[in-house]
Amino acid sequence: VNGLTARISECGTRPGLVGAADVRGAIVGLNPIAENLFCETDDGVHLIGGRCSDCARVTFPARTRCGHCYGTSIVDELLPRRGTVWTWTTQSFLPKAPYAGPETEDDFAGFVVGYVDLPGACRVQARLDVPVDKAAQRAAIGTEMESVAIEFNVDEEGRPIHVYAFRPVTPAATHQEAHQ
Amino acid sequence: VSTMAIVGIGIHPFGRFDSTAQQMALSAIGDALADAGVRWADIEVAVGGSLDGGQADVMVGALGPTGIPFINVLNGCATGAASLITARNMITAGMGDLGLVVGFDKHPRGAFAATDVTTWGVGSWYGEIGMFLNPQFFGLKAQRYLHDHRIPVETLAVVAEKAFANGELNPNAWRRKPLARQEIATSRLINDPLRQYMICSPSEGAVALVVCRAEVADRYSDNPIYLRAAELASRKDGSFELFQTSLPSELPPTPSELASQRAYAAAGIGPGDIDVWQLQDTESGAEVMHMAEVGLCEHGAQTGLIAAGATSITGASPVNTDGGLLANGEPVGASGLRMVYEVCTQLRGAAGPRQVASPRTGFTHVYGAPGISACTILAKDPA
Repeated sequence: VNGLTARISECGTRPGLVGAADVRGAIVGLNPIAENLFCETDDGVHLIGGRCSDCARVTFPARTRCGHCYGTSIVDELLPRRGTVWTWTTQSFLPKAPYAGPETEDDFAGFVVGYVDLPGACRVQARLDVPVDKAAQRAAIGTEMESVAIEFNVDEEGRPIHVYAFRPVTPAATHQEAHQ
Repeated sequence: VSTMAIVGIGIHPFGRFDSTAQQMALSAIGDALADAGVRWADIEVAVGGSLDGGQADVMVGALGPTGIPFINVLNGCATGAASLITARNMITAGMGDLGLVVGFDKHPRGAFAATDVTTWGVGSWYGEIGMFLNPQFFGLKAQRYLHDHRIPVETLAVVAEKAFANGELNPNAWRRKPLARQEIATSRLINDPLRQYMICSPSEGAVALVVCRAEVADRYSDNPIYLRAAELASRKDGSFELFQTSLPSELPPTPSELASQRAYAAAGIGPGDIDVWQLQDTESGAEVMHMAEVGLCEHGAQTGLIAAGATSITGASPVNTDGGLLANGEPVGASGLRMVYEVCTQLRGAAGPRQVASPRTGFTHVYGAPGISACTILAKDPA
């Protein structure tokens, strides 16, 4: 119950942003693909995890019971935005249903997924927002990334549906490529 | 001391066929019964499993309904091992001396899919955004493993090359055409670092075994194979498995480590005593990782061993002598029992051109979703 309160207070829609573009690139009217996965605060998009009050184990998304100590006192927590790539891979074929991306066999370009190690929290599985053909450079193990929301598809009313993802913090990798 | 022996083996080739899964299973059962020199009416207990082929006990209709206890088992990739464990326990409990174990399957083409991913413990969003994919997990795990242990990507191609070379020697294998290392290494990238010819496909096939209480094995066979251990492990908290949205920074022992250690403890022998290995090679990286997880070698030692041919049929630690999943595909219900069939064939000295020199012990290992592993140890000697 406390966690829910914290979530609402930290992640509530910021009235000041409605209808306005934000210099930090904030997304107006964030429409997450599912509830309780991520939200946006003043410093950007955070994933919402859960920390066990008894053993401090963190999971994403939050669970109702800790798998480590079996405790049931789990407090929601905004996970750190920044972390490093722990592993990555590419998805080169169009997944079957229930995949709900907008692509077709003809225009599917693939995507990159990985686990990002968020210090003091856990490693989260996520899309990595880098091009498939540049994944080995821009999503290499150890690359620093931060959480963002990206447009995944549009819903029946034409509104964007957002998913969480991680994006390289600096264009260092791009810089490297330029010198190759 | 072993409590159960395998005295009859039967297999329907793996691949793609017009027959139904149960027709394939009935063919394998007929071969296993004939191999043991018994009739269906002699069987006192039966266990079987299939993911997509229907309930195993339906086949009593075709075999002749005799009223015996026939238990259906479904445990993903560990269905075969779970069937063996169940049969052993039924026999040990005194339900009967002679049993039948059968695994069979027939899957739609293409990667495994689930219509409702929430049945796998994740939210529907997880499937919608494209993370509910088996080979994706293996790509993620292999990528990290190669990095941690400085294993070159080329090792993955060598593993696949060996699989297809062994498949060529196995008349029951699906893929019997050898593939050159270069062809594998340049095939279509699927889930980096895994390429098309490094990943197995769902397929079809069936395996049946006639089993009995160890003490009466000599009645049925001149060369019984003894089940020295059969152990199944589910995952520990925080394990790096398929469909895990988050992981802790410290990973626990894997299900394969847990199951193999339990199997060695139960059999009273160690990995150094094993003469022939069948390991889950859902893709090349899995074989590499599982070699170390089941104690065949240290983490990182795979590169040298594989390059030197240690895991080939003539090597010191032959792995997947029948071509493994890469050459046989994966009919889920039959796959684990295929490994047992191959070890029995090897221990009997009946493997023809793929025969390993005088093996006395064999090891089988399966791994799959949602983070389970099962291992068996089979031997020519009961203890």
